[in-house]
Amino acid sequence: MAKARGAIVVDIEKCKGCEVCVVNCPTNVIRLTREVNGKGYHYAYMEVPEACIGCANCAVVCPDGVITVYQVKE
Amino acid sequence: MNLKDIIKPENLVYSKTPLLTDNVMSYCPGCSHGTAHRIIMEVIEEMGIQSETIGVAPVGCSVLAYDFMNIDMAQAAHGRAPAVATGIKRCWPEKYVFTYQGDGDLAAIGTAETIHACNRGENIMIVFINNGIYGMTGGQMAPTTLPGMKSSTSPFGRDVATMGNPIKMTDLVAQLPGTYYVTRQAVHKPVNVRRTKKAIRIALENQKLNKGLSFIEIVSSCNSGWKMTPVQANIWMEENMIPFYPLGDLKVDGELVKK
Repeated sequence: MAKARGAIVVDIEKCKGCEVCVVNCPTNVIRLTREVNGKGYHYAYMEVPEACIGCANCAVVCPDGVITVYQVKE
Repeated sequence: MNLKDIIKPENLVYSKTPLLTDNVMSYCPGCSHGTAHRIIMEVIEEMGIQSETIGVAPVGCSVLAYDFMNIDMAQAAHGRAPAVATGIKRCWPEKYVFTYQGDGDLAAIGTAETIHACNRGENIMIVFINNGIYGMTGGQMAPTTLPGMKSSTSPFGRDVATMGNPIKMTDLVAQLPGTYYVTRQAVHKPVNVRRTKKAIRIALENQKLNKGLSFIEIVSSCNSGWKMTPVQANIWMEENMIPFYPLGDLKVDGELVKK
């Protein structure tokens, strides 16, 4: 089976750090940063980018629609 | 392979639909409204009906929908969205008309409008966001608040002996002959979001074929009203709201689904 590699891009200034993507990531890629964005929210980022499979579950549940997902099948 | 090789336009698999405006969502972090807005707009984009769709949002957090949905929107008085949508649909029968209402709006002040629009079988879609609370005004008890659930006006929990029983609007409207498609869904997990999106697609397709009224309840969380974090609120919803408001189709193609 072809292995998929993925990556997400988070719109940092629009992310509200609700953590819904963090708990819904099947490969535990996403965490919240220690730094805050302009509104004072800890925003989502890829802690383990190599584990991302580009399934888009995080983007599907994101209430603010700030996640863009890219995927490559190797 | 590094990230630069993956993040390229040709590898894009998911991005926010252009039918949502670029305004920053003014809802609380983790609010289900954002997800519900996005999937409705995604379905409208997939069907290519942006210029033919009219949304009606009444009062509550749902009123803010016109800031984010890049379609024609009308605002109705509290609870009167099905009545306004009826008027719009009867003037323009070829347009797609939907209402987007919360539980304090649809199940309390707008009960009469909702039930009669459903009973007349108006050819519209009603999206009902049920979070068991009046979210915008500060978490007061709504008709859909669960027995024993704490809210700012029932600080010791809802006592059904004095405060009455919660109302299951979706079960109620499923019994009416005018409704064609009645379902209850949620948006807290990817699988539920995808199912809800399918339900919205079915509802709009039904409207295209003049089948009658489609009613979609979305069981949601209101983390600030419930005084929880977004993740806790979703867990609480799964443990308490969903057993009381079980997910699934109640009426498909005008026939009640047998349990």
